[in-house]
Amino acid sequence: MKFDTPAGTNPIDQGKVIGKPTHRIEGPLKTTGKATYAAEWHADVPNAAHGNIVGAAIAKGRIKSMDLSAAKAAAGVITIVTADSAGALDKAGRNTAKLLGGPEIQHYHQAVALVVAQTFEQAVAASHLVRIDYDRADDGKFVLADARDAAKPVQGRAADQLLGDFEGAFAAAPVKVDATYTTADHAHAMMEPYATIASWEGDKLTLRTSNQMIDWCRMDVARTLKIPKANVRVLSPYVGGGFGGKLWLRTDAVLAALGARQAGRPVKVVMQRELMFNNSVHRHATIQKLRIGAGKDGRITALDHEGWSGNLPGGGSENAVNASRSMYAGANRMMRNRLALLDLPEGNAMRAPGEAVGSIALEVAMDELAEKLGMDPVAFRVLNDSQVDPAHPEKSFSLRKMIECLQVGAKAFGWNKRSAKPGTRRDGQWLIGMGVAAALRDSPAMTSGARVRLSADGRVTVETDMTDIGTGSYTIIAQTAAEMLGVGLDKVSVKLGDSDFPVSSGSGGQWGANSSTSGVYAACVKLREAVAAKLGIDPATATFAGGKVSGGGKNATLTQAAADGEVLGEDTIKFGGIRDQTHQSAFGAHFVEVGVDSFTGEIRLRRMLAVCSAGRILNPTSARSQVIGAMTMGAGAVLSEELVVDPRFGHFVNHDLAQYEVLVHADVPHQEVIFLPDLDPASSPMKAHGVGELGICGVGGAVANAVYNATGVRLREFPMTVDKVLAGLPELA
Amino acid sequence: MKPFTYERAKSPADAVVALARNPGAKLIAGGTNLLDHMKLEIVTPQHLIDVNGTGLDTIENTPDGGLRIGAMVRNTALAAHPRVKKDYAVLSRAIVAGASGQLRNKATTAGNLMQRTRCPYFYDTNMPCNKRDPGSGCSAQGGFSRNHAAVGGGANCICFFPSDMSNAMNVLDATVEVMKPDGTMRTIPIADFHLLPGDELPVKEFALAPGEMITAVTLPKPPGGKHFYRKVRNRASYAFALVSVAAVIQPDGTGNITLGGVGTKPWRSAAGDAAVPKGAKAVAAALFANPTATDQNQYKLKLAERTIAAVLAAAKG
Ligand SMILES: Cc1cc2nc3c(=O)[nH]c(=O)nc-3n(C[C@H](O)[C@H](O)[C@H](O)COP(=O)(O)OP(=O)(O)OC[C@H]3O[C@@H](n4cnc5c(N)ncnc54)[C@H](O)[C@@H]3O)c2cc1C
Ligand code: SF4
Repeated sequence: MKFDTPAGTNPIDQGKVIGKPTHRIEGPLKTTGKATYAAEWHADVPNAAHGNIVGAAIAKGRIKSMDLSAAKAAAGVITIVTADSAGALDKAGRNTAKLLGGPEIQHYHQAVALVVAQTFEQAVAASHLVRIDYDRADDGKFVLADARDAAKPVQGRAADQLLGDFEGAFAAAPVKVDATYTTADHAHAMMEPYATIASWEGDKLTLRTSNQMIDWCRMDVARTLKIPKANVRVLSPYVGGGFGGKLWLRTDAVLAALGARQAGRPVKVVMQRELMFNNSVHRHATIQKLRIGAGKDGRITALDHEGWSGNLPGGGSENAVNASRSMYAGANRMMRNRLALLDLPEGNAMRAPGEAVGSIALEVAMDELAEKLGMDPVAFRVLNDSQVDPAHPEKSFSLRKMIECLQVGAKAFGWNKRSAKPGTRRDGQWLIGMGVAAALRDSPAMTSGARVRLSADGRVTVETDMTDIGTGSYTIIAQTAAEMLGVGLDKVSVKLGDSDFPVSSGSGGQWGANSSTSGVYAACVKLREAVAAKLGIDPATATFAGGKVSGGGKNATLTQAAADGEVLGEDTIKFGGIRDQTHQSAFGAHFVEVGVDSFTGEIRLRRMLAVCSAGRILNPTSARSQVIGAMTMGAGAVLSEELVVDPRFGHFVNHDLAQYEVLVHADVPHQEVIFLPDLDPASSPMKAHGVGELGICGVGGAVANAVYNATGVRLREFPMTVDKVLAGLPELA
Repeated sequence: MKPFTYERAKSPADAVVALARNPGAKLIAGGTNLLDHMKLEIVTPQHLIDVNGTGLDTIENTPDGGLRIGAMVRNTALAAHPRVKKDYAVLSRAIVAGASGQLRNKATTAGNLMQRTRCPYFYDTNMPCNKRDPGSGCSAQGGFSRNHAAVGGGANCICFFPSDMSNAMNVLDATVEVMKPDGTMRTIPIADFHLLPGDELPVKEFALAPGEMITAVTLPKPPGGKHFYRKVRNRASYAFALVSVAAVIQPDGTGNITLGGVGTKPWRSAAGDAAVPKGAKAVAAALFANPTATDQNQYKLKLAERTIAAVLAAAKG
């Protein structure tokens, strides 16, 4: 199906199943331990040996020599994979650093060996016996601030945008802000580590793994191992969190495949938690400079956002500046992303790449400017809304309700109780403040396929290689099929995450929900046609409801259509036309109240509210959990999450979950989410956008603005740890 | 983890005999600290002596009105004990401010006193660390030291001592009861139990001699006053203290204060206690006469002073 004109009324609009708050249909499997996560296919692969990864002890340099003799002789050891034993491997374009290093080392904890043994314990014990002599390079670059001056403009979609005469307009602006902000490197820190069980049958490889993008994984492992894609099967039906960290083929899968080939039997690899931070990918740290000028009336006339990030040679950038491209009006603009070379582990996509951290800087700068203007921060944002993308005025937003999000939120949150003067509200020892931020996240759509089967017992089975990374894909896909075919949810089964199924959009970039359900919609249209044809009903007028099909005076049941064999519908949705002619983004507003301890500077969240406009909300229950999770993650990014770089050794020092501090339950108080009741016919047949990344955009800015409102301390270096807050607090009386 | 042999001791006497028989062996209690270190091969004992069955899991009143806490009493049980909650509330509060419910269910009194540093370089065996590998250097100095000690650091090590419980025991003037290798007993005042790293290698940590085992901790009769344990951290739970204040403040404004997080051991002095009536500035000045702070953890001195001020303000309120 080609989606290129706005959707008319379709069966989804009935809203009998779609749009109803629905608990995840696979929930019982998960709560009873029956869902097979990557490392848990014990019944299917009973004889897997265990592989343990050895990570490089240096950040840059070469392996001089490797002594495997003690490890090989250790109890239970079957084989050891190294770059030498693996032979020549290719590297997929989506990977920056090699997944198996040596002799060259590109980053700390880059995998240099996999020790395969009979038991997990034996593999771990023997790993400690691998002796490696390194030649450490002394020209490693690890500090973004130092590498910044040599940074290069980013090309392609994030290339420079220059509109009007920024310098002139900024110089002339009567009110302006000029400030620099920094955000730290962040870890995905998903609960389930990278894990794979690999097994070979002849030259056919099966990977039971944890991955967001089945087809990319399949393609990339084939490329890396130089085998035909057709020889690879990837299974990843359950994913214990990804946040972008599992968009790619990673070390676990490649090493498990190599280990299994060398061992001659299946091999399971679960990445040790202490390797998860330096071996894998992370969200790049940024330096961001914002200059915004406005007239006395509060209208922005000049907006410059320049951002720097760093990566290994060939790696991508954190395009923080993209957050400012179409958020606010202003005729004179400069949007510039810069990329420096660093020898840290590979930077890559993490939940709302670019915007997640770009919006922190932008929304704090907006708060600073509102204060200088003497304007309310909500009113200031409302005034500067732009209904078009300033760089493409011909292109309007298909749905842009930023103003409504702000206004609805302000009312619901009690924004009018905020004191405009910072540091003036108290609750005992606590300084209380409120902050606001607007949110924007593009809603891309990706080609997505599905197959839907109707069996003789009236059951509907959906098959697609779409993944559920905890987001609720199983449920919204079931809801889509149920709505389209006029059956209850209990009649629908959903099978995901198998490369034998039609290729879907996968989970990423908040495109998954809208794209994958649209693919299922397309396949259901095909199935409806096939069913109607079988029953001799005109597909154009057939209605599907209550397990029955009717039209043209005829009535039949679905089971009748499948009585003499399964009926199948398969299709792939492709997007174009209207999707390219409009700008498609989800919008939101975040409101946050914090308390800051006036003695210690500790920041504690008190209340959070997000208002989201994201087209049709397919399942308010799972959409809400996406948004509150994102709010938590976004707050963590400005409160405590920070991969600390040691500039001497070139590694992230705090590489475990005790020291990389994600927020815990005690940090997360009352959270509320309001979804505006929207539909976007220009988006897809589902008329939906995404919310999983929208929820993280802006949150950090709202928290930082609340801290300022509480204390009068304006922090621009994130996270806002106690040491920084304290430095700004007045001496005690 | 290196393979090891394992035995269960049935009494403290059993345990010290086993220790003597197996030089380099380790006692294992809750295992919440030791096992992590063994997995990462930070320590590699070849023999473990499990002391959970030594019968040291009771809390008893002492004749002088104090309390004797067996070495194997779980942190959860200790924090919940009625007399601890009533008479030694600082101890109860310190314990529940630490770790998580699951960990506290396993963690023991002795194990908590003996827990080792949370320095990230200590945990990464690729990194130089004098405490783990004497003579290899101290990576924290010149590296990431924001969470490290701002007082009491030595030339070879500057890590802070992480135990919350120990700070409370310290402010309560507890005594550690130890069985020696020959089965006889000795006691160590808590103030002397945790050691400054000093300037020599290997880095000193505990006053326990090789082959000795902790059997109990005794608390003197209740000190009265108001009890506080204020733990400062970036996230609200499941994090070690940046600074903590264990305090017992009397109605007349006198009191005792032990600081955690800021020193290489629980940080208290007679001069600090004497300054309590004069306020936080005076206490901090007395306690921080010789700071060893790095640029990154200098803030802890100010943070500690302000946290003391918060506690003293609360004591008045
Ligand atoms: C994630 C995490 C977070 C934590 N957070 C905190 C926190 O916020 N605050 C805090 O205070 N603690 C915290 N802890 C530490 C926890 O309190 C300790 O791990 C625990 O108290 C150790 O007790 P255990 O009985 O498990 O000791 P074990 O691990 O069994 O032993 C620790 C040491 O004590 C020795 N030992 C045990 N018994 C004796 C004995 N009878 N005599 C002599 N030596 C003995 C052992 O040989 C070993 O060297 C945390 C731990 C973890 C893992
Ligand atoms: S501070 Fe102590 S524990 Fe940390 S690296 Fe230095 S010597 Fe090791």
